Amino acid sequence: MNQKLRILVVEPDPARVRAIIDALNDAGWSDVKALAQMSALDRTVKEFAPDIVLIDLANPDRDTLEHISDATETSKRAVALFVDQTDDTLTQAALSAGVSAYVVDGLKMERIKSVLETAIARFKIMRQMQSELDAAKQALEDRKTIDRAKGILMRQRDMSEDAAYTLLRTTAMSQNRKVIDVAHALVTAADLLS
Amino acid sequence: MSNAVLNCGYVPLVDCAPLVIAKELGFAAEEGLALNLVRQPSWSALRDMLALGHLDAAQMLSPMPVAMSIGFGGLPARVDTLMVLSVNGTVFGVSNEVAADLGAIPFGDADAILAALSARKGAKLRVGVPFHYSMHRLLLSYWASTASGLQIEKITVPPPRMADAVADGFVDAFWVGEPWGSVAVRQEVAQLMMMGRNVWQFAPEKVLAARHDWVETNGDAAARLMRAVYKASAWLDAQRNKPLAVEILARSEHLSMSPDLIDPALSGDIITRHNTAPTPVGRFLQFHKHAATFPWRSQAAWIASQLGADAAGIEKAKACFRADLYRQNLAGIGADMPGASEKEEGALHFETAVASSRGHMILAPDAFFNGRTFDFSSK
Repeated sequence: MNQKLRILVVEPDPARVRAIIDALNDAGWSDVKALAQMSALDRTVKEFAPDIVLIDLANPDRDTLEHISDATETSKRAVALFVDQTDDTLTQAALSAGVSAYVVDGLKMERIKSVLETAIARFKIMRQMQSELDAAKQALEDRKTIDRAKGILMRQRDMSEDAAYTLLRTTAMSQNRKVIDVAHALVTAADLLS
Repeated sequence: MSNAVLNCGYVPLVDCAPLVIAKELGFAAEEGLALNLVRQPSWSALRDMLALGHLDAAQMLSPMPVAMSIGFGGLPARVDTLMVLSVNGTVFGVSNEVAADLGAIPFGDADAILAALSARKGAKLRVGVPFHYSMHRLLLSYWASTASGLQIEKITVPPPRMADAVADGFVDAFWVGEPWGSVAVRQEVAQLMMMGRNVWQFAPEKVLAARHDWVETNGDAAARLMRAVYKASAWLDAQRNKPLAVEILARSEHLSMSPDLIDPALSGDIITRHNTAPTPVGRFLQFHKHAATFPWRSQAAWIASQLGADAAGIEKAKACFRADLYRQNLAGIGADMPGASEKEEGALHFETAVASSRGHMILAPDAFFNGRTFDFSSK
C-alpha cells in the first residue's frame, strides 16, 4: 500500500506546511514529517529515513539537501524527481507548480505518482494564492505612486485631481507607455529636484 | 526584425558580471539577441531549469557541467561548457574564534594556514561551501587533503546565509564567492585568510553552459551569445572600465547589491579583517586576460579527476568543454586562439608566452600551492 511511504516536507512557513500535510493526510498518507530548520536537516534525513522529500523548487536550501543526499553513504541514495523523465507530463506539472521532490533511488514511479499529484495540486493552489497576493500588493503600490504623481501635478500646476489624472493618462497614451510608468518617472524626477 | 529571445539563468553573485554587461551595454543586442537574464534561487534550481529546457543557457559553477555530463549528482544530463565566464574570485575565511587560535598568518599563505589549522586542537573544522559540485569544494578538498592531521566537514550553505552561519556557530570557516566573504568581514564575524588563487593560481570558476542538444540545434544562437559574452568580458577586464562596471552592476536589477559590496572583487582591494585597510591582491577575479574565457579541456579533466572520475569519465569531461566551438565561433571577432586545447595544469609559475593564432598570447601562472602538475593528454 502507498500508505507505507515516509514523506518529509521541508518548508519554513508554518501555514504552508500545514496545508501540504493536510492535503497528504486527506489523501491517505499518515507518515508525514515537517522540517523548518535547515540545521536539523542532516540528522532528520538520517533518522527519519524518508522515501520522499518534498521541497519548494525555489527554496535556497535545496543545495544543502542535495549535498546530504549526495554525500550520505547509505544504500538509499536520493535522486531528484526530475531524473525520472519517463512521465514527462508529471515532471513538467511539478516544475510549473514549483515542487521539487527527492526520492529514494529505485522507487518505482507508480508508487510515488499519487503523492506527487497531491503535492502538485496543493503547491499549485499555494502558488496561485501567492501570485494573487503579490498582484494585490503591487496594485496598492501602484495606486500610491499614481496618487503621489497626481498630488505633484495638482500642487505644481494648480490642477484638479481629475485634470491631473487625465494629464497622466493622455501623456501615457501619447508616449505609448503605462500610466504607472509615467507616474513613476514624475515621482522620481520630483524627488531629484526637491 | 525583433531580436531573438534567449533565456539565460544566473545566480546573483559578483561574477555574473559578464552576463549583466553583455545585456546592459548592448553587446547581446548587437548580436541580435534579446538576452533575458533569469535569476535562480539555488544552483539545484538553475540546473533543473536548464536540464528540463526552461532555460536556453546558464551561468554555472565550472564543475556542474562536468558532473552532469559524467552522470554524477542529482540530475545527470549532457550539458556543454561553451566558454569560461570567470577565473578565480573566491575566498577562504574563518570565524573570529578560529582566527584567534591561528594567530598572525600573512594573507594568502596557503601552507602556513594549513599547518596552523592542523596544529589546532579541537573537533573537526566545519567549513561552509556553496554547492557540492563547486570549485570552492574541490579546492578545499584538494588543499585540506595534503595535511595529514586536518579533519574537515564540508557543509553546504547558501552563500547569502554564510555570514549568519558563522555568527551562529553553524560553521567554523567558509569558502565562498564575493561579495559574501566581504559581507562576513563587515558583519565582524569572520576574517579572510586567503583566496582561491592561493591554492590554484588559475581556477576556472563560472562557466557559460547549455544543453548539448540545444547547442547542436541552435548553433547560431550559441555563437551569438558567445560573441556577446566575449566582448563583455573584454570590456570588464579593461582597468579604465572598472568604476563604471561597479556602477552598472550596482544599478542593474539583476544583482541588487550596493556598489561597496561589488567593488572589492572587481578592484582586487580586499578587506580581510574588520577595520583594517584593504589589501590589494592581484588577479583576484579575471574575466578575459590570459585566455581566461578559453574552455581548456585539461581544466575539465582536472575537475573530473578531483570528482573521482575514471578514464572514461575524464574523456566525457574533456568533450563537454567545447574548445572546438570556441575556436569556431570566436576566431572571426579577433580572439587569439592557443595552439592546443589542453595544457599541463599547474606547470606555469610565471606569465608565459605561448604559441597562438595571432601570436599575442601570454598565459597567467596556473601553479598549485604544492607544486603538483597534472597532464591529462592521452598519449
